Amino acid sequence: MKIVIVGCGRVGSSLAELYDRAGHEVVVIDNLTSAFDRLPSTFGGSAIRGDGTDEDVLRRAGAEGADVFLALTEGDNRNVMAAQLANEALGANRVIAKINDPVRATAYAELGIATLCRTGLMMDAVAGYLGLPKTDLPGMLAPIGHHPGGHHEDDGLRTTPLPLPGVGSVGDLSAAPSSASSAAPASLPTATQEV
Amino acid sequence: MFVLVVGGGKVGYYLAKELIESGHEVALMEKDRSRARQIAEEIGSIVIAHDGCEGKYLAQAGSNRADVVAAVTGDDEDNLVICQMAKHHFDVPRTIARVNNPKNEALFRHLGVDELISPTRMILGSIEQDIPVHELLHLAALGEGELELIEAHLQSGSPAIGRAPKDLSIPEGCSLFAVIRDGVATPLRPDTVMLEGDKVIAIGKQECQDLLHDQLIGEPEEARAG
Repeated sequence: MKIVIVGCGRVGSSLAELYDRAGHEVVVIDNLTSAFDRLPSTFGGSAIRGDGTDEDVLRRAGAEGADVFLALTEGDNRNVMAAQLANEALGANRVIAKINDPVRATAYAELGIATLCRTGLMMDAVAGYLGLPKTDLPGMLAPIGHHPGGHHEDDGLRTTPLPLPGVGSVGDLSAAPSSASSAAPASLPTATQEV
Repeated sequence: MFVLVVGGGKVGYYLAKELIESGHEVALMEKDRSRARQIAEEIGSIVIAHDGCEGKYLAQAGSNRADVVAAVTGDDEDNLVICQMAKHHFDVPRTIARVNNPKNEALFRHLGVDELISPTRMILGSIEQDIPVHELLHLAALGEGELELIEAHLQSGSPAIGRAPKDLSIPEGCSLFAVIRDGVATPLRPDTVMLEGDKVIAIGKQECQDLLHDQLIGEPEEARAG
């Protein structure tokens, strides 16, 4: 699979390393060259310095038609914008944006982006460990729609949502919580260091 | 009207000030606390010292009853998110975004932002208007180079507007053969009346170009005045 990762922080660089080692074609983008120090010397993918919210940069990085696009910078809005560019303009297939604000995370799942909310994931992990009730905050959310107008407007951008393999039918969130609960412990150590 | 302005830079500050002066209800969100305090001292307690991208604070600012949300921060990604949240999450009827990178305009429009203001685009447009575009455009050299393929953009002041090729004195060795109108190319017949905005495609010898220029472009001074 072709996997594009925007943001070479702890999570981004670890995923880049993992998927590269698993034999995928990995491109990682960050606006700081020093961020690439996190990648191991054995990393066989490409590391590109640039602004991940700039369509030209994403195109040059080969994000067009990527199988997986992960927006994992420290800025919620940068992730949202990069993910929407990937989704709407570049025809990337499965797009995930890290959005730490639970309100925005839910809102953007409703607008067609899979969202990953560290706040909800960590709070529920803590609650789970302490045996306390879980929150109703989002963790890993599958997209449950697409943004209105996406079907009609003829402005040169992609107008129909691509099928999302591995995600339940549109509106079906049942797959998300189970995958989130299994993914949470695995991603927690990384996420914890980052806070 | 209740207008929620997000971003307390120069644009947001003067926007809020003008809106208050014309009698509108205004709330201004600025996440930098010292900047927020400074604005509040100058124009009153309409300032909310929080990040307007954060869902919780947008709700606190009363965005669900706002008639207009204007996102005028210096960051395109923030302005996009503010407008999308306002529109899709808080049902704000009218959203306006400042767009710095003109290339983002298509995406913003596609994602439902109602109005875009691009200072970059406006300045660019203004500069380009000042550059005279009253020349013949050379598209290609043909044959041994003695013939040229030429495009003439008919703008106000062109003597060809409202006339057909048979009414013009086209220099010998020159042929007007096609016209591009609204992006569609059609053959230019001797009796086809040419309109303002048409792009006329011609083939001609190099030495006829001055005459062709006179017939299709006209006097630059005249055109500029028009």
